[in-house]
Amino acid sequence: MRRRRRVVLWAAALAGYAFLYVPLIIVVAYSFNNSRLNAEWVGFTLEWYDKLFHDQDMLIAAGNSLAIALVASIVSTLLGTAAGVAMYRYPSRLLSVLVLAPIAIPEILMGVSLLIFFVLLNLTLGLVSVALAHIAFCIGFVAIVVRARLAGMDETLTEAARDCGASPWNTFRYITLPLIMPGVIAGALMAFTLSIDDFVITFFTAGAGTVTLPLQIYSMIKIAVTPEVNAVSTLLMLLTLALIIIASKLSPTLLRSE
Amino acid sequence: MIVVAVHTPSRLGRWLVSGPPLAYLIVFFALPSLIMVLASFRTPGEFGGLAPLIEEGKLDLNLESYARFFSESVYAQIFLKSFGYALLTTLFCITLAYPLASLIARSSRRYRDLLLLLVILPFWSNFLIRIYAWMILLGPNAALARTVNRVLAWFGHDPVPLLFSAFAVLVCLVYVHLPFMVLPLYANLEKHDQALLDAAQDLGANAWQRFWRITFPLSLPGVYAGAALVFIPAFGIFAIPDILGGPEDSLIGNVIKQQFLETRDWPFGSVLSIVLTVVALAFAGLAAWVARGNLRTPSSARGSRA
Amino acid sequence: MALLEIQNVTRRFGDFTAVDNVSIGIEAGEFFTLLGPSGCGKTTLLRMIAGFDLPDGGRILLKGEDLVDRPPERRPMRMVFQSYALFPHMTVEGNVAFPLQMAKTPASEISAKVEAALEDVRLTGFDKRYPHELSGGQRQRVAIGRALVTHPSVLLLDEPLAALDAKLREEMQIELINLQKEVGITFVYVTHDQTEALALSHRIAVMNKGRIEQLDVPSKIYGFPKTRFVADFIGHINLLSGSVSERQGGVITLAVEGLGPVRVTSASPISVGGAGTIALRPEKIRIQSSAPTDSPDNHYRGTVGDLLYMGDVTVYKVSIPGGTRIEALLANSQSGRAKFFEIGDAVEVSWPVDAGHLIEE
Ligand SMILES: Nc1ncnc2c1ncn2[C@@H]1O[C@H](COP(=O)(O)OP(=O)(O)OP(=O)(O)O)[C@@H](O)[C@H]1O
Ligand SMILES: [Mg+2]
Repeated sequence: MRRRRRVVLWAAALAGYAFLYVPLIIVVAYSFNNSRLNAEWVGFTLEWYDKLFHDQDMLIAAGNSLAIALVASIVSTLLGTAAGVAMYRYPSRLLSVLVLAPIAIPEILMGVSLLIFFVLLNLTLGLVSVALAHIAFCIGFVAIVVRARLAGMDETLTEAARDCGASPWNTFRYITLPLIMPGVIAGALMAFTLSIDDFVITFFTAGAGTVTLPLQIYSMIKIAVTPEVNAVSTLLMLLTLALIIIASKLSPTLLRSE
Repeated sequence: MIVVAVHTPSRLGRWLVSGPPLAYLIVFFALPSLIMVLASFRTPGEFGGLAPLIEEGKLDLNLESYARFFSESVYAQIFLKSFGYALLTTLFCITLAYPLASLIARSSRRYRDLLLLLVILPFWSNFLIRIYAWMILLGPNAALARTVNRVLAWFGHDPVPLLFSAFAVLVCLVYVHLPFMVLPLYANLEKHDQALLDAAQDLGANAWQRFWRITFPLSLPGVYAGAALVFIPAFGIFAIPDILGGPEDSLIGNVIKQQFLETRDWPFGSVLSIVLTVVALAFAGLAAWVARGNLRTPSSARGSRA
Repeated sequence: MALLEIQNVTRRFGDFTAVDNVSIGIEAGEFFTLLGPSGCGKTTLLRMIAGFDLPDGGRILLKGEDLVDRPPERRPMRMVFQSYALFPHMTVEGNVAFPLQMAKTPASEISAKVEAALEDVRLTGFDKRYPHELSGGQRQRVAIGRALVTHPSVLLLDEPLAALDAKLREEMQIELINLQKEVGITFVYVTHDQTEALALSHRIAVMNKGRIEQLDVPSKIYGFPKTRFVADFIGHINLLSGSVSERQGGVITLAVEGLGPVRVTSASPISVGGAGTIALRPEKIRIQSSAPTDSPDNHYRGTVGDLLYMGDVTVYKVSIPGGTRIEALLANSQSGRAKFFEIGDAVEVSWPVDAGHLIEE
């Protein structure tokens, strides 16, 4: 009786996991498939990867994505860490709302409002506008991780530091910062991943001339399904997977606090 | 423990720390949102987009775009359709998430983190790639479509395309949002006390009754939290119908995109965006409100089955 | 003027007064203890001295200087936290060197000073270890070493031994006494353990509900408690209440209900008819099969109601026919016998008139 129920539960859950993973596995598998059509396994090839590394548009898009992600993750880590510390140390409603709202509202909203904003400012849409937009939504993710790390820290440590003669700044620099560093790094990796993956907000703020990896993938799949997309997808997934695994090692609550 | 930040020039410290992120978010989030609200009361520019906010020294606001939204029923219909898709997505996510979350909650500590990680990882892979995966799976030459159509042929039915259909949109919406439902549900189920179920069994409840009368009502706060997390992004989605849907599967997100990038009627696009936000947040607020009420009086959340 | 002056210090949380008009003067080189039950305001007072909290009223002065404008890092005092508060990302050496670095001590002097401090707390050779690689007692010593390394004028210790097991606690108590003698630094020590307070301190302030009940040397606190609270809080005691029926010279007679007249020597100006309580330590009571009737001592007949064999001593609870119970304590060692009496034995309890101590009410 009990056993039968367990079997049913396992079967249902297994189906759930299959639903989550089969599509991604197929994307990866077909990136090595010696066929133009993503329909049937024909044979193993690295042709699509070779093609990928000779595709000028793709390389430019990858360069843009990396540059944006680098800038966005650095700046949002600085601002997000400050925001996380502020939310913990000086709780304020305004800050919490501003930090969390960009995560909570539909993405498209942030995309179009920034589009209006940048155009009104006469800012040419491109790498800069995309980076500015990415920073705005990454701050919240970094702040959440940093705040969780601070909340897990023993408050008497900062008091002990003050007692040992450290000024508030030195206390932060020598005690608090080293102790929250794993959270900060996890936040940075997360911001990098979010930025390099972002499609919706980038779509509205990139303008006509600037292409990032997701935008390039979008325009390719709007035309046709090609194994080259599988190849770039596989590489991108590998990159984010690595970053997220490292981040979750540094901040174990990360993968649970969605 | 007394936590008092004494003697710090706390004003200064406070502004040094919270000032920069606050300033950034005001400039690049709050201000643009406000401008969008203003834009919804303005007229489009001569060549599309938006006329300057201030013309001849004054702010000329009107309700034209709102009037248009409420007079042309096609937009209300699209909203309704988007609402329906989002709602269906939420319901399917609940059904699929339940076995996953209960399995994880019941598994031993050793595997729990791994099983949870396996649910979350797909969420961290690129959004477009996940959509693209379904393009392949549902493609006309793929095994799935061929099998389905062969079965249909036995019944003398004409072949149907799986891709570029409402079906494709819905499957992908569920696929993309499933982790958002599993996590809060798991967090809730994990806290359940096995003794309650044992007691119910002792009192003669069968497995179905135990689920429906105990586990499910107690898990409602988790369900509501997950519903809010799934509904909001699903309601505003544009990439999935854009890539996997047919012409009739346009949702509100697609119309907004169209208003901003093709028709270039920004005031009207702003109106649509604002209505979208209001509806989405109202739904989330409702879910949160109901969840809170349920936390206090679990008995009111009892299933309707006697 | 004392080294550390606490003058009329008050601290309120909402309408709850955690520290109520406390005044203490602590001398240089003194081992001073704040003793009191949980929640009586000891930590609150200590944190105000350290500068983590500010009084709502009153002043705290060090060497005559008001500390109100000094943040914790600029007070020449160090705190030893109950949780040790060692920096987990630094080695023992890093922890002990931290106050020196903050004080901008030249790098060349740091290692010698760290070594000296570690020697003081008997941790030589542990400098490269991290806090999580140490035992509880060793962590405690690092915390003390870190606090001592800059030779502060006052060391504040908040229940530093509470987390240690009984045996280790006793060892550390002895070490603390020796250490304090050696370095000559003023210790302000917080504890709710009365034996610890009696063993360690030069003077003790007994606190209750934010107020000081009695401030005195340990022997006076133990032998001559000023209030019922102090008497009751410090060790076991018999409290016999009644009204004064007679006073003659230095001897007062108290009519105790359920017992009878009890005589006690007292310099108190209490008049006939006034209410008082006699505090009487169990170990000062004699217990015999029969007492010589011609002695001037207080003596009463009763039966052994309960007894508690505790190894070195036995506690007898003697019921007096009037209804009073008197607790007496007898050492077992001399006789080699486990017990002198059994439950139900008829006995006579007696004590000299100067064995008790009168508390006025
Ligand atoms: N920040 C605060 N807000 C409100 N009440 C407080 C605060 N800090 C302390 N109190 C109250 O003040 C009283 C004294 O607290 P304190 O920590 O000084 O007690 P204590 O004597 O150190 O007790 P213990 O032996 O348990 O450590 C307690 O009743 C406590 O609840
Ligand atoms: Mg305390």
